[in-house]
Amino acid sequence: MSSSSRAPVVAPNRVLRACLYATLLVFAVYYLLPLYVMVMNSLKTLDEIRQGNMLAPPREWTVKPWGDAWSRAQIGVEATGLRPYFINSVLMVVPAVTISTVLGALNGYVLTKWTFRGANVVFALILLSCFIPFQIVLIPSARVLGFLGISGTTAGLVLIHIAYGIGFTTLFFRNYYASFPTELIRAAQIDGAGFFRIFWSILLPSSGPILAVSAIWQFTNIWNDFLFGASFGDFDSIPMTVALNNLVSSSSGVKEYNVHFAGAILAALPTLLVYVLSGRYFVRGLTAGAVKG
Amino acid sequence: MSFLQIRDLEKSFGGLRVLKGLNIEIDAGGFLVLVGPSGCGKSTLLNAIAGLETIDGGDILLEGRSLTGLRPSARDMAMVFQSYALYPNMTVARNIAFGMEIRGVPKAERERAVRDVAETLQIGHLLKRRPSQLSGGQRQRVAMGRALVRSPRVFLFDEPLSNLDAKLRVDMRTEIKRLHQRLGATIVYVTHDQVEAMTLATHIAVLRDGALQQFATPVEIYNDPANLFVADFMGSPSMNLIPAVVERDGDGLVISMTRAREDALRLRVPQGLRRLYDGLGGRVGEEVIFGMRPEAIGEAAEAGDGDGGGVVSGECEIELVEPAGSDTYAVTTLGGVEVTARLRAESGVTAASRHVLTFALDRSVYFAPKDGTRLA
Ligand SMILES: Nc1ncnc2c1ncn2[C@@H]1O[C@H](COP(=O)(O)OP(=O)(O)O)[C@@H](O)[C@H]1O
Ligand SMILES: [Mg+2]
Repeated sequence: MSSSSRAPVVAPNRVLRACLYATLLVFAVYYLLPLYVMVMNSLKTLDEIRQGNMLAPPREWTVKPWGDAWSRAQIGVEATGLRPYFINSVLMVVPAVTISTVLGALNGYVLTKWTFRGANVVFALILLSCFIPFQIVLIPSARVLGFLGISGTTAGLVLIHIAYGIGFTTLFFRNYYASFPTELIRAAQIDGAGFFRIFWSILLPSSGPILAVSAIWQFTNIWNDFLFGASFGDFDSIPMTVALNNLVSSSSGVKEYNVHFAGAILAALPTLLVYVLSGRYFVRGLTAGAVKG
Repeated sequence: MSFLQIRDLEKSFGGLRVLKGLNIEIDAGGFLVLVGPSGCGKSTLLNAIAGLETIDGGDILLEGRSLTGLRPSARDMAMVFQSYALYPNMTVARNIAFGMEIRGVPKAERERAVRDVAETLQIGHLLKRRPSQLSGGQRQRVAMGRALVRSPRVFLFDEPLSNLDAKLRVDMRTEIKRLHQRLGATIVYVTHDQVEAMTLATHIAVLRDGALQQFATPVEIYNDPANLFVADFMGSPSMNLIPAVVERDGDGLVISMTRAREDALRLRVPQGLRRLYDGLGGRVGEEVIFGMRPEAIGEAAEAGDGDGGGVVSGECEIELVEPAGSDTYAVTTLGGVEVTARLRAESGVTAASRHVLTFALDRSVYFAPKDGTRLA
């Protein structure tokens, strides 16, 4: 290509590229601004927030709001901070994510590799549960929890989240395992492996990406859930999200905005961390087919 | 009594009848090849034998005992899959030893068995690798190793060579044949490649749309095909299948084939060929499909030469000559189809000229054009 013909080809390219980057930058700032505001204001004293503008960095840096939010703030009747509720959330999220993921994996395995008459109908019904609005199931759920004697407990919340999560996890694993070579399962059957042995030794080791997808999805949803937590949580099972709401909307005394900001960041931190640490597996898992035989 | 018996086997997927009342049996040490076009039910049959598919009717017996209801692992069979089906997360050694691991064979014994098999198949240097680090041929060997490491009652192979390139395929074919001879094992082998079937089998079962077309030795299948489908499918280059008319000439029969721009080629059936007179006597004036293997059509130095016994001759226009190293193929047109003759490499036949070809009618076969049944 001659140099005279090169210039017009490259120039619009550059302009386009500049526009592209400018747009991206604007959006990045737009999305990061709330986080920036929260972080800055969580590091200011309450006086400074009252006087100053929201966007300015603190004149006087302090981490006291974080300490208050974590362990001293008044939530409900006691001044415990968010810590006990953070622990409630962890105790709820870990078993709920683990169990719903395992059940989803088993469902996907059965629905693709041990199919039975009507398997597709069963799958359709499981899938349907993804589309049922939370509000509809609130009262039936409350009755079931009452019947089981676990209303107001972490176990109750775990059960609800598992029931709600199975639809999604089943969908993830079914689609992933559908492209898993059936001949591998057959080879293992010939080798004498049974249902669980095949699952454990053949299928699971190749399920890394989809395990990540399922775990991240479930973790984010369950950690961020407010409705079930508010509806079914009790003194010793209220999750972080509900506690944060109680903190922010507590009517007694002055509104400590800096503490509220710190608390909100604390509540969002685990999901942020999970995504930053394993987000690329999430993308990979969503785009990857299964293993080649 | 046969070692492996398949009796009136039926299998359907939903409403689709995939295996239609199959009857096949093979003695211990036999090499049974299931051959047929893609989708005819070969894999389904093999999976049924392995216990990986349930059956809807009939029975499969091993050493006289029904296998119905037995789990795959309880049938004591080893299988090599078309995709090789190596466990991607395990090393080659563990792939080979996995079956023993499940059966609780002690570690030392497993390692010895793996070493022995690796030596037989020359894959010792690959034992620590993963399947993804192997070439196609190496994967194929590992898959064989996984089967060979046990001494099963039956080996099952599902198109094990179809993913290899041509050269490797021929090498592995020879190797499988050698293994069979050395081990004396009973093998059921699926392929859609009729050359593989012919070279490996002691018995061939030709399938089409789930129905057994012929079950016989390779020689019988080749020389004495049960119907038009088998004749057409088996053999390479394939059999010439020429539309012809049976005519009566005095007290003899004549096979008459039309030709372009000249009179029909008329081949007089020698009186000695009773088989042809019996099968075609009632078909005078009717059209038949006249089947001749390329090597049953030869070259005569002069007209009349080679006549006698079952061989007759006729002058034909040669349109094309294809030297193929060890042989030369000459092509002419009879009855509206191209007819290939397999001649000696040093044949003097040239294209676009007339030559006398000999037809070994004692090796000819005849089919009804309508349904492909064998007439003679
Ligand atoms: N699991 C299955 N469900 C429905 N149909 C099947 C299934 N497996 C095979 N078939 C059908 O059965 C027929 C025979 O298949 P197969 O035995 O794999 O053929 P081959 O191995 O001879 O190519 C095909 O028509 C195929 O579509
Ligand atoms: Mg097949």
